[in-house]
Amino acid sequence: MPKRTDIKKILLIGSGPIVIGQACEFDYSGTQACKALREEGYKIVLVNSNPATIMTDPEIADATYIEPLSSEILEMIIKKERPDAILPTMGGQTALNLAVELSESGFLDRYGVELIGAKLPAIKKAEDRELFKEAMRKIGLDVPKSAAITSMKDGLDIIEHIGFPAILRPAFTLGGTGGGIAYNIEEYRELLEKGLKLSPVHQVLVEESALGWKEYELEVMRDGKDNVVIICSIENFDAMGVHTGDSITIAPAQTLTDKEYQRMRDAAIDVIREIGVDTGGSNIQFALHPKTGRMIVIEMNPRVSRSSALASKATGFPIAKIAAKLAVGYTLDEIRNDITRETPASFEPTVDYVVTKIPRFTFEKFPEADATLTTQMKSVGEVMSIGRTFKESLQKALRSLEIGSAGFENIETDIDEIKARLKTPNAERIWYIAQALRQGMGVHEIYELTWIDPWFLNNIKQIVEMENRIKESAISSQQSAEMLKKAKEYGFSDKRIAELTGKTEADIRRLRIELGIKPVYKLVDTCAAEFEAYTPYLYSTYERPYFSLQPSALSPKIECEANPTDKKKVIILGSGPNRIGQGIEFDYCCVHAVFALKDLGYETIMVNCNPETVSTDYDTADRLYFEPLTIEDVLSIIEKEKPEGVIVQFGGQTPLKLAVPLEREGVNILGTSPDSIDRAEDRKRFKELLHKLDLKQPESGTAMSCEEAVAVADRIGYPVMVRPSYVLGGRAMEIVYNEISLTDYMKRAVKASPEHPILIDKYLEDAIEVDVDAISDGVNVIIGGVMEHIEEAGIHSGDSACSIPPYSLPSNIVDEIKRQAKALARELHVVGLMNVQFAVKTKEPVASSQEPEYEIFILEVNPRASRTIPYVSKATGIPLAKLAAKVMLGKTLKELGIVKERQIEHVAVKEAVFPFDRFPGVDVILGPEMKSTGEVMGIDKDFGLAYAKAQAASNNKIPTSGKIFISVKDKDKPHTVDIAKRLSEMGFQLIATRGTKQYLEDRGIDVDLINKVMEGRPHVVDMIKNREVNFIINTVTGAQAQKDSLSIRRSALQHNIPYTTTISGARAVLRAIEMLLKRELSIKSIQEYHE
Amino acid sequence: MGKALLVLADGTVFEGMSFGSEGETIGEVVFNTSMTGYQEILTDPSYKGQIVTMTCTQMGNYGVNAEDIESSGGPKVEGFVVREYLDFPSNWRSQMSLGQYLRDNKVVGIEDIDTRALTRHLRNNGAQMGIISSVDLNPESLLEKVRKHPGISALDIVKDVTTRNPYKWEEGVWKWGIRATERQSDRYEGMAKVVVYDFGIKFNILRNLVDAGFDVRVVPAQTPAEAVLEMNPDGILLSNGPGDPETVTYGIENTKKLIGKRPIFGICLGHQILGLAMGGRTYKLKFGHHGGNHPVKDLKTGRVEITSQNHNYCVDINSLKGQVKLTHRNLFDGSEEGMEHVEYPVFSVQHHPEAGPGPNDSTHLFRRFGEMMEGKC
Repeated sequence: MPKRTDIKKILLIGSGPIVIGQACEFDYSGTQACKALREEGYKIVLVNSNPATIMTDPEIADATYIEPLSSEILEMIIKKERPDAILPTMGGQTALNLAVELSESGFLDRYGVELIGAKLPAIKKAEDRELFKEAMRKIGLDVPKSAAITSMKDGLDIIEHIGFPAILRPAFTLGGTGGGIAYNIEEYRELLEKGLKLSPVHQVLVEESALGWKEYELEVMRDGKDNVVIICSIENFDAMGVHTGDSITIAPAQTLTDKEYQRMRDAAIDVIREIGVDTGGSNIQFALHPKTGRMIVIEMNPRVSRSSALASKATGFPIAKIAAKLAVGYTLDEIRNDITRETPASFEPTVDYVVTKIPRFTFEKFPEADATLTTQMKSVGEVMSIGRTFKESLQKALRSLEIGSAGFENIETDIDEIKARLKTPNAERIWYIAQALRQGMGVHEIYELTWIDPWFLNNIKQIVEMENRIKESAISSQQSAEMLKKAKEYGFSDKRIAELTGKTEADIRRLRIELGIKPVYKLVDTCAAEFEAYTPYLYSTYERPYFSLQPSALSPKIECEANPTDKKKVIILGSGPNRIGQGIEFDYCCVHAVFALKDLGYETIMVNCNPETVSTDYDTADRLYFEPLTIEDVLSIIEKEKPEGVIVQFGGQTPLKLAVPLEREGVNILGTSPDSIDRAEDRKRFKELLHKLDLKQPESGTAMSCEEAVAVADRIGYPVMVRPSYVLGGRAMEIVYNEISLTDYMKRAVKASPEHPILIDKYLEDAIEVDVDAISDGVNVIIGGVMEHIEEAGIHSGDSACSIPPYSLPSNIVDEIKRQAKALARELHVVGLMNVQFAVKTKEPVASSQEPEYEIFILEVNPRASRTIPYVSKATGIPLAKLAAKVMLGKTLKELGIVKERQIEHVAVKEAVFPFDRFPGVDVILGPEMKSTGEVMGIDKDFGLAYAKAQAASNNKIPTSGKIFISVKDKDKPHTVDIAKRLSEMGFQLIATRGTKQYLEDRGIDVDLINKVMEGRPHVVDMIKNREVNFIINTVTGAQAQKDSLSIRRSALQHNIPYTTTISGARAVLRAIEMLLKRELSIKSIQEYHE
Repeated sequence: MGKALLVLADGTVFEGMSFGSEGETIGEVVFNTSMTGYQEILTDPSYKGQIVTMTCTQMGNYGVNAEDIESSGGPKVEGFVVREYLDFPSNWRSQMSLGQYLRDNKVVGIEDIDTRALTRHLRNNGAQMGIISSVDLNPESLLEKVRKHPGISALDIVKDVTTRNPYKWEEGVWKWGIRATERQSDRYEGMAKVVVYDFGIKFNILRNLVDAGFDVRVVPAQTPAEAVLEMNPDGILLSNGPGDPETVTYGIENTKKLIGKRPIFGICLGHQILGLAMGGRTYKLKFGHHGGNHPVKDLKTGRVEITSQNHNYCVDINSLKGQVKLTHRNLFDGSEEGMEHVEYPVFSVQHHPEAGPGPNDSTHLFRRFGEMMEGKC
C-alpha cells in the first residue's frame, strides 16, 4: 500500500519529563518517528514539555511546542495547527492517555483529527484489564485469575477466590505506579486503597500471582495488510514478581524450545490481531510456569515502549521508525531494511550474539526508600551490552553500570546474609548469586531462593569457576595465555583479572597486548551475517583465529569487521546509563556534538552503552560502538579507530573521569585541557584560581575529626554545608545549623570512611543561586544564558527551578556575574562549554530608602557541558552544544557567527521533576542532594506565566482560586506575611495550623484554623485527602519538625495537591497566580519564538 | 573435551573444541540462522550429507526431548558446528543434554569456533565440503581427505533416508498440555486419503496433514506411481528431502505419471522434483536458504509470511513457462518459492509450511491442499 495522501499534517505527542518508567527511550522513538514522517513529506507538529530532548530541537519538527502536556494545551495546539492526524503511540503512557482523553471527549472528531497507529477501541482493549482479559479468553489464551476492582468492598470479596500472594495493578498509571504484591489481607487492603486513588479511573486489577514463573516479552509489529512479524524475544533473568523494567533481561530468549517459542509467537500474533492495533509495534508479556510450561498472557502495550527501544538496539531493527511509516499506510514489505539495504523490513531479525540489559538504581539517593524490587518499577536507567555469549554479555553489562563494579566482585559476607539477599529481589542480587556459588551453594538451592532459571545460574557458575582458574594461573606462561584468552572470552575485564591475580589493570592490559589478545568487533546486522551489512553498528568480543592452508595465505587471523576508514574522525564518548544527576541532557549534548562534527566533515564515532538514547541509534553517528565506557573498552576502540581526538566534554562525569587516564595513554582530548578541568575540580587549585582573579567563594575548611570540624565551623560560622571529599554530585551532603548536628554528622561520616576528610563550606543562607552557561573558543567568551534559581542556594541546582532571563536580580549584578564567568573561562583557557554556579547574597539595607547590597560568591566551576545546556539552547535558540563541538575542532566563535549574547523577549522557566511518588515514606523536602529525574520547561511572555506553565508541566498545577494551606518554620514567618496578604486579596481562603495562624492574624490577615495531625481530627491530612485544599505552602526545619509534618507532604503527593516547600517557591507561585488571573495561557511554537 | 578441527575444501581451517561424539565426519558445510529448534534441525533428513553451523551462539540450552524430532533414528546431520555448547539444559521438557544425545548417536560436533567468521566465509565463498575431526588434528591430512571426497552433489542421498516400508501416520502437531497419544486422529471414515512420497520427510509435515484432517499413508521414495494410484488417494504429497533433485530420477519419473491424475502438493525437494517432472530446470544457490526468518509473499493474497527455509536448490519457474504460474516469492533475494499448475490441481512451495522449526505462518497451505482435493481450487 502506498503512503496515505489524505493526511498532510500529523501531531506527535512526546512523553514529557523523564520519570521512572518513562525515560529517554521516548525521545529516541519520537525523534525517529518525526524524521521518518518528514522524510515522507508530512508536516509534523510536536508537543513535549521536556526541553532536554532531541525531538524538541527546532529542526526535528515543523512546529515544536514546549508546552505542558495537558488536554487543555493540546486542544489549543490542535485548534491552531489543525493537524489531520495524531500519532499517539510514540510518547509512552502519557501520550496514549492524552489521546484517549481527547478522543473520548469528542474533541478529535469535532476537529476532524484521526488517531493513527492505534485507534481508541484498540487502546482501550489493551489498557483496560477487564476488556483485555476478555479478549484473551476469546482467542483461547490463558490469563491469570483476576478481577477489576473499583471498591474496597468488592476487593475484599474477590480476594477469597484469587488467593495470596496477589498482585495489584492500578489501571492507567505509569510503569505500574502504585502496584505491588500483597501476601496478606493487611497489605492487600493498604495497596488496594492506594491503587484505587492513584488510578485515574479508580480501578485496580487484582490478579493471581505468577510469582516465580519465567517471564518473556515479544516485540511485535503489524502493518495495514495484517502482516505480522516478531522483532525480538526477550527472556527475563529475574522471574515474575520483579517489574520487567527492574529485571535483568536477555535477548534472544534462551531457554525455550522451538515448539514453545512458536507457541508464544502464535499467541503474540493472535493478541495483536484481536486487540486490533492496526499498525505499529506492540509489546506483549508472557509468563511461563517453569515446571509445567503453562503459559499466560500478562499484558500488552499497544505502542512503542522501553522494551521496543531495547529490542531496536538489540537487533538493529528500528521499531519506532518503521512503526511511523506503517502508521501512514506503508506495509512492511514496502520498507527497506536500512542495515542490509537489499532486504525488506518484513522479516524477523536473527541475532548471533547475546544481549543483556541491567537496570540502574539510585537507592542511595533515597535512604528511606524500600530497596526491594517489586512489580512497581524503581530503576532510573539501564545499560545494555552485547557479547557473543551470555557470559561475555553479562560481564560487559556489569561494568557498563558505572557503579564501581568491574565484574563479579567478591563480597565479604556470611551465608545467612547471602540467603536473605537472594530471597528478596534487590539491586545487588546478581553479585550475591556469584558470592553464593563461591561459598559453595548449589545452583538448585539458589534457584529455590531466587526462581532464576538454572541456565542463567549455571553460566554464572562457569564464570566463578573461571575465577579460580585465573587465580591459580600465574598469567605469564603460554598456558596462562590460553587462560587469559578464555577469561576474556568469558567477558572478564582487565580490572577484574587484575583483582584476581593481585596485579594492576595496567599490568594485565600490557600483558594482554603483548600476547596479542585483543578484542575484535562484530556487526549488529539483523541477519546473523546472512547478508552484507552496510551500517557500522559494532560490539567487541574475543574470538578465535582461523587460517588458510593455501600457499599464498596470510597467517592466522581473527576476523574483525570494524574496517576503520581513513577519514578524519572524532570519537564522542557518551554518558552511560541514566541516573539521578546524569540523564538525557548529556545524551542531548553528545548527539549535538555528533551533528556538529558531521557538519564539519568529520566522521563521527559514538561510544555508549545506554539503549534508551538517541546517541545509540545507529542512524545518529557515522559509526556506533555499543560498548561499556571503561578505560579498557574505550582504549581498545581508540586503538582500532585511531581518531584525531576524543570528546569527553559532553557526556557528564562518565567520560570526564576518563579524560586524565586517556591523556596519559597519549590520546588527544579535544577542547578544554584535562589540566584545566583539574584546576576547576581540585579544591586547592581552585582556591588559588579564584584568588588570582580576585573572586569570592564561601569560606571553607576540611576536617578529619569532630574536633577539627567544630573548629572550622566556629571559624567560618554556622550554618555550614558538610560533605565527604570522596563522593561527587551532592552525595551525602548536609546543611547543619549547630554544633550538635555537626558532631552527629561527623560521627556518621568518620565511621563510614575514616580515611577521607570532610569538606566544610559556609552555607550562604537565603542566597540566590545563579547558573551561567558560557561558550569559549579560548579567546572569546560568550554567555549562553544566565539562570536565576527560584529555590535558594543550598538546594541542589539540578532540583531547583530557574528562569532565563533572571527575574529578580538587578541588571548590574547580572552583568557582574557575566564578567566573572568570562574571567574564569579565559583564565581556564576553556575551549568549549563551561558552567559556573554563583550564589548572590543580599545584604538588607539599613534604611528602606537605600538599595540592597549584593555580594557574589562562586560555588562551582565546571569546564564542560552542564545539565542546563539543552534548556538554555531551547530558551535562547542558540545551539550551544553544537557550537561548542565546532569550537573544540578549531573554529572560532567569530567564524561561527557568534559575536554576542542573544537577548530574548520571553521568559523560559525550567522546573525539576521528582520520583517521590515511587518511594513511599520518602520526604519531598529538597536539599543539597539531587533527587530529580527530569525536567520540564515553561515558556511565555513573562515570568509568572512561564512559571505557571512549568509547574503545570511538572504536574503541580497552580490554582487560581480556593483554599491554601500554610505552615512555615519560624524563620520564614516574616517572609510569609506579604505572600499571605496578596493571596488573601486575590480571594484565596487561607488555612493554617495554630502557630502560623496566630502570627498572620496578628498582622491583620484572615486565616482559618486547622488541626495538626497530632492535635486530633479533623486535621490537615484529612483535608488533603478530601481534596479540600488547593495548594500547600509548607517549609520546615529540623529533623523532628520534618518528621511531624511528613504526612502532610506525602498525602499532598498522593492526592496530587500542588505544593511548595520553600518561601522562594511560594513567591514564584504568587507571581504566577497574579498573571494567571490577568490573562489566559497561550501557546507559541519554538520556531515562532526564535524567528 | 579435546581439540577438534574443521577444515573446508578451500583450505580454511578453524580450530575448536570437540563436543558431542569424538571422531571424524565429512559433509557439505552450511549455516542455519534459526534461533530455536536445534533438535528439529539435527533430525531433519534434508540435512543428510551436510554439516550444519548454527549462527545462534548458545546451543544446548534447553536440552533434548523425545517429542521434538523430525525423523526417527536420531540426528541426520553429518556434523554440528557451534560457538558455545552449554552442558546444563534447563527446560521442563528436557530429557537429556544435547552433548549426550550427540554422543549416543555418534554425531561429531565442534564448538568454540568463530561461527560468524565461518558464516561470512560461506556467504562469500559458497557452501562447500568440509571435515570435522577430533582424532586427526593435522590440517593438511584433513584437507586431503575432504578433497578426496566425491562431494554430495552427484549423489542420490534420498535413498539413504527414505522409509523402507509404507506406513500409516497418526500423530498430530505438538500442543501444550496434550499428550502425543491424544493428538492422534480417531476417525478415518470419510477423511481424504493422502499418500506421501517420503524423500526424507519431516514428521511435522505428517503431523500437519493429520491436523488438517487427512488419512495419511507414507510410502518409500521409489514406490512406482502405479502402486500409489492403486491406493486410490485423494491427494499426493511430495515431501522434502536432501540433496540435488536431479539425482532423484525415480521420483521425477513417477511424478510425471501422477500429474493430472490426482491433486499434488510438493514441499521443498518435492517442489523441485515436481519442477523437473514438468520438464523444468533447477539450479543451486550459492549458500542456500537455511533459517526461520525469510519473508515469502503469497502472490495470491498479497500477504507476507515468515517462513522456515532449508534448501540449496531452486526451481527456475521461467523454464516452466505456460505450464505453471509463480505463486510465492522470497522477499530476501527475490527467488521463486512456489508455483501452481495452470491446468491441473498441482501446487508446491520451496519453503516449509510445516514449520518445525520455524514459524507457523504457512500452515494454512495444508488446508489449501484439502480444498484442492475437494475441487475447490
